[in-house]
Amino acid sequence: MTAVDTRAERTYPAYSRPLWRRLLLSREASVIALLLIVWMYGYSNIPYFGDTLTLTYILVDMTTVLLIALPMTLVIVTGDIDLSVASVVGLSSAVLGLLVQHGVGMPVAALAALAVGVVCGLVNGFLVAHVGLPSLAVTIGTLALYRGIAVGLLGTTAVTDFPTSWTDQTARVIGSTGIPTFMIVFVLLAAGFVALLHFSPFGRGIYDIGLSTEAAEFSGVNVQRTKLILFVLTGTVSALAGIFYTLRFGSARGDNAEGLELQVIAAVLLGGVSIFGGRGKLPGVIAGVLLIGALSSALRLEGVTVNVINIIIGLLLVLSVLSTTLLAWVSDIAARRNRAKRPTQTPASVGSQ
Amino acid sequence: MRTLTRRSTLLGAVGLSVALAMTGCGKAETGSDSGDSGSDSKALNVVFIPKNLGNPYFDASDKGGKTAVEALGGTFSEVGPQEASPDAQVQYINTAAQQHASAIVISANDPKAVGSALTQAKSGGTKVVTFDSDTEAQYRDLFINQASPEGIAKAQVDGLAEQIGDSGEIAILSAAANATNQNAWIELMKTELKENHPDIKLVDTVYGNDDDQTSFDKTAALLQTHPDLKGIISPTTVGIAAAARYLSTSKSKGKVALTGLGTPNQMRKYVEDGTVTEFYLWNPTDLGTLAAYAAAALANGEITGKEGDQFTAGDLGSYTVGADQTVLLGDPTGFNKDNIDDFDF
Repeated sequence: MTAVDTRAERTYPAYSRPLWRRLLLSREASVIALLLIVWMYGYSNIPYFGDTLTLTYILVDMTTVLLIALPMTLVIVTGDIDLSVASVVGLSSAVLGLLVQHGVGMPVAALAALAVGVVCGLVNGFLVAHVGLPSLAVTIGTLALYRGIAVGLLGTTAVTDFPTSWTDQTARVIGSTGIPTFMIVFVLLAAGFVALLHFSPFGRGIYDIGLSTEAAEFSGVNVQRTKLILFVLTGTVSALAGIFYTLRFGSARGDNAEGLELQVIAAVLLGGVSIFGGRGKLPGVIAGVLLIGALSSALRLEGVTVNVINIIIGLLLVLSVLSTTLLAWVSDIAARRNRAKRPTQTPASVGSQ
Repeated sequence: MRTLTRRSTLLGAVGLSVALAMTGCGKAETGSDSGDSGSDSKALNVVFIPKNLGNPYFDASDKGGKTAVEALGGTFSEVGPQEASPDAQVQYINTAAQQHASAIVISANDPKAVGSALTQAKSGGTKVVTFDSDTEAQYRDLFINQASPEGIAKAQVDGLAEQIGDSGEIAILSAAANATNQNAWIELMKTELKENHPDIKLVDTVYGNDDDQTSFDKTAALLQTHPDLKGIISPTTVGIAAAARYLSTSKSKGKVALTGLGTPNQMRKYVEDGTVTEFYLWNPTDLGTLAAYAAAALANGEITGKEGDQFTAGDLGSYTVGADQTVLLGDPTGFNKDNIDDFDF
């Protein structure tokens, strides 16, 4: 018994955990595990959750959040935030609708809507990176500005005459899998963003900025350029999400996707990204978005009311942020106890060898 | 030792949840089998999806729906988003479709955005009834229309005529000058006045833009420019409340009659203090009741929703499907001192 204990003590000191334990205890792993648990529970206990249709609905419902969460993760890892994303969705939707209403072809109108996203991102990025204003203040401003323009463009009317060949695409699924065809676009984009954040010097720069902007600057990271690129990415991807949203509902409105920015940020934080920057991984974020989607779908199927669903998801968010702090606190205490115990244990471990 | 305990606890927890999930799995296969059997799909199961939850108007209509569905021995549920946005409604339509609800009764936040979700629900055998706010016709089986423009115009003109003794100067306080439904009502009111109330003279039509302060100011201006004014019709809930607020503190209180379209909660105090004698709106509880009976009639195959189909809606009596698969609730309800306390919306 003592031998086992001491061996464990010596092999796994609290301050240098082996890879499998670090992976298992990581935030990403716990979110993925929670997602699997919710999915398995739903599959086995909730009527109709096991239908392939459920998968389709969850993925289609979460597509806009999934898309925008990709660049948003990068922005939050640098310690910034972009609150204007949902307004960009609305603005690109309004522009798309206005152009189609005036007889412009879908491909051109869609490209114009994307261009609107690029411009919105450039405005945000310029003000944050080059003028040096805090991103929170800038994007609260552009949140109102872009939404104002969007609602101004279409008024309270909605444009609904989109070609069905385009709107039908959003409801298409791959064979009998239930996976929406549009997920291919998402997977490609996600692969691009994973490569950018986790396997490129640009991505290491992003983490450096999040940990310390000054240190990143000194070590040669082009902070201004990085931030500008990230805001242009959120703008562009939000516009893409805006096009998807418009086609899915066949309705372009200036008030489309109001409040979506909070859903995106909530999912990113649930996925283990620190709001203070420097920490977080994309797989965790994607799992976080799917967790929210699966959980609310399961609860809806169980007949839980929208208020209770919001309470549960809100609690989950608070607990997830709290658990990070709590885990750090627990391992801190454990490390301190280990240090206190070490003098009496060292002879034993030496002896056992 | 601490690390080991923590690790085993963790492993134990993971193992336990996997085990629970697995056992759950086995149970579910049998559970879902019985769920899919015929008996479940035959039972009446109506899902009400209002524009948003916590809205007194829809609380009233859903109450009517619940009573009707339960009277028919079915299951009623009310689900919906917190904000009146179409994307949030879609999720609830999807859920109802997945659960193979017999019918969805919905007040649509957008005539088109909920369309594909409703089409999918219909293809799964769920009947779709819209009420209060319609979708494009191809997405639903029936629309329950709260009131006809003719009925709305006639009720207000007749009501005011009775209050002012069928003669004198009157004015209209409308919403925006380009509001389609308001202008249609005003035209019908003019026709009604010309044909049946020759001694009443419409001297002015002003627009409060559905803004409380503007409507308030326009009321004040109306009374100044037309000292002999005997009555005001305001066919908009914002306008009538603002006009009542102005009248209740002015010397014209009780001398200038006011009627129009309003909600009981807005107008209660003005009815109680004598500023307003009677105003109109459809009864949302009856609207919900009718929608529920129509949904049930569709679900059990009693009607298909084509023009001329007939069904009974409990105490409300018998209804016939009109053009464009629309059922008309009937004339607006008049709210006055005697009945206003029966309503809360």
